[in-house]
Amino acid sequence: MQILIVLPIIIPFATAIIAFLARKWRLVQRVWGTVGAAGLLIVAVMLFKIVHQDGIQSVQIGQWPAPYGITIVVDLFSAVMVIMAGIIAFTVSIYSLIDIDEQRLAFGYFPLLHILLMGINGAFITGDIFNLYVWFEVMLIASFVLLAFGGRRLQMEAAVKYVTLNLVSSALFLAGVGILYGKIGTLNMADLAQKLAIEPQSHLISSSAMLFLVAFGIKAGVFPLFFWLPASYHRPPAAVSAIFAGLLTKVGVYALIRVFTLIFVHNLEFTHSLIIVIAGFTMVTGVLGAVAQYGMRRLLAFHIISQIGYMIMGLGLFTPLALAGVLVFIVHNIIAKSNLFLISGIVHRLRGSYHLKEVGGLYKTNPGLAILFMIPALSLAGVPPLSGFFAKFILIKAGLEVQNYYIVAVALIVSVLTLFSMTKIWNEVFWKDMPVSIDKKMSTKTNLTSKQYILLVAPVCMLAIITITIGLGSEWIFGVAKQAAEQLLDPTDYINAVFGGKS
Amino acid sequence: METVLAFVIGGLYAAGIYSILRRSLIKLVIGLIFLGNASNLLIFTAAGLTKGKPPIISKESITEVAEYADPLPQAMILTAIVISFGVLAFVLVLIQRAYKMIGSDDIDEMRGR
Amino acid sequence: MMHSIILAIATRYLSPLIFLFSLIFLFRGHNSPGGGFIGGLLAAGGFVLYSTAFCVTSAKKKLIIDPRTLIGIGLLISFISAFLSLFSGKQFMTDIWWEVTLPLLGKWSVGTPFFFDIGVYFVVAGVTLTIIFSLSEE
Repeated sequence: MQILIVLPIIIPFATAIIAFLARKWRLVQRVWGTVGAAGLLIVAVMLFKIVHQDGIQSVQIGQWPAPYGITIVVDLFSAVMVIMAGIIAFTVSIYSLIDIDEQRLAFGYFPLLHILLMGINGAFITGDIFNLYVWFEVMLIASFVLLAFGGRRLQMEAAVKYVTLNLVSSALFLAGVGILYGKIGTLNMADLAQKLAIEPQSHLISSSAMLFLVAFGIKAGVFPLFFWLPASYHRPPAAVSAIFAGLLTKVGVYALIRVFTLIFVHNLEFTHSLIIVIAGFTMVTGVLGAVAQYGMRRLLAFHIISQIGYMIMGLGLFTPLALAGVLVFIVHNIIAKSNLFLISGIVHRLRGSYHLKEVGGLYKTNPGLAILFMIPALSLAGVPPLSGFFAKFILIKAGLEVQNYYIVAVALIVSVLTLFSMTKIWNEVFWKDMPVSIDKKMSTKTNLTSKQYILLVAPVCMLAIITITIGLGSEWIFGVAKQAAEQLLDPTDYINAVFGGKS
Repeated sequence: METVLAFVIGGLYAAGIYSILRRSLIKLVIGLIFLGNASNLLIFTAAGLTKGKPPIISKESITEVAEYADPLPQAMILTAIVISFGVLAFVLVLIQRAYKMIGSDDIDEMRGR
Repeated sequence: MMHSIILAIATRYLSPLIFLFSLIFLFRGHNSPGGGFIGGLLAAGGFVLYSTAFCVTSAKKKLIIDPRTLIGIGLLISFISAFLSLFSGKQFMTDIWWEVTLPLLGKWSVGTPFFFDIGVYFVVAGVTLTIIFSLSEE
């Protein structure tokens, strides 16, 4: 029972170690990597069930009592995020069976993937602000290597940009932690929340909050800080960029939400109105950046940014409904976004290019794939009955409730522009005929056997089914999200779980 | 002492940011090292300086209410140093590979097709 | 690489000493200054010195085992040591200590943090050597 709470960290770690020791045997790696991801998914679901029934769970690592040792805390929000990590890990692992070449496999793709997952899960479930930093670094080191390895020239460029900006963000994060510790004298997030509630506000706390905002903002890719994202996400193999697109920025968003609902809540009119402004700009710049793009993955990368804007918007509104909306939105977005990146990888396989002008005619040859593309694409744009519609609907309703009409207007316009981008991809990739001048290049494209094709499409199918299920079962998911939002807004339960006798 | 360290930290941040903005890859790495160390020093200073009192208390003096340095910032800095050691080692490998591929340490040279 | 007779001869005597010294650091760990990280760095330092004095291939030969495998073994040891506490009904990563009486050395307390340190030692040595070897490859 106690061990279950730390299993989301342990399982990827164990998988990574064994896959690393067995890196000479490729079959073992492939099978073991996928099995480990499946195990993570199962554990995540079990954990969610427990948290859903019995409330917030916590473990004190090494039996050090709460404010002194490292506490692992799983509330509903964390549990949901861990499930998302499990789903993406499992589907991407299946996709990787085909997508990752032998050279990358021998270099240690699966160990790195699972170390990345360990970092992501660790960040989701830790209750200690410095430990959060450590998990961020674990995640970043793994992602650096995943981004750079097997590198061609352009991949190097992407990696250098990514590494630099993320290291700057880590330095700022560390500075924020240092100031916070110097002022309050604790690192445990629950303890910080408790002590800040009593202590009168000081300017140092606000400056620490701003350091956190910038640091997590870089990782999440919000408005003035997102430039590394479209510069790097379209370079690595499709499987890697799918997991990056789905999970990495969301860890930044998770950290923002955690910190700005638990710790920095005493200067709302300053911090959270700033967050709303950032959210608006993030949405607009992201979607406008996408309009000008013709590389499929670059276009999708810009859409990640605009979607991050929606999530930050919910955080800025800071009502129970808005936070519930953010949760539904994150869930929807992780699934849909990863799915689109996976599909872009298949398109690349079939047509030998990511550039929209050089592909086409896929509706004629692969109508199934075209329909599979429509599901996440329309969901992203917010067409009912798919998941994105409900997510956006809740967020906009929350915006109307607090009468913040500007942000609502921005969100609606951006939504329309998203639809425009998605139809652009649809037209260029699936609908129009294959450009004649490019036809000669077709001979160089990789030929897929039907078994390979099925293995590539199967994860896409799974994610599409999840998207539809979220749309149809949105009632239940909204219920869970509302519960999670209440936990976030009222940290008493969280603090009790960390300090109470439950451990 | 705090004032001196504050200036050192400020200087390190400034030097770090300046180096990052240069075009040379190796100066970029040096800038990142400066930034990391500036943050470490910031933790150290912000948490309060205790002069000449190690954070380790011997078993005999455990009952005395002796003043001692806070061990936590030191532990944090140690962790941060270890992590930045790993990351920077990787960055160095990356930059060496990039240098070999491009034949120049100018960032702008990386772009061209 | 470099062909210096002084360095080559000095290295022959120094590198075993450095290695021994790294082991001392490892065993001192936990309650006194020392431990797996610094020990691992020192051990790697010995091999790096060897590779500077002779060449990377001979240093690799001296190491026998691939540094990457060292990383894997180290991670495995640390990982298992974190689990031992679960079997005695304590929480994850709690330290457990045993008193062992060794011939010659006398009483000695061994604990899971020590095994963890051994793992760290291997990981650090492995990572450092992997990176330095790949940097100094032509």
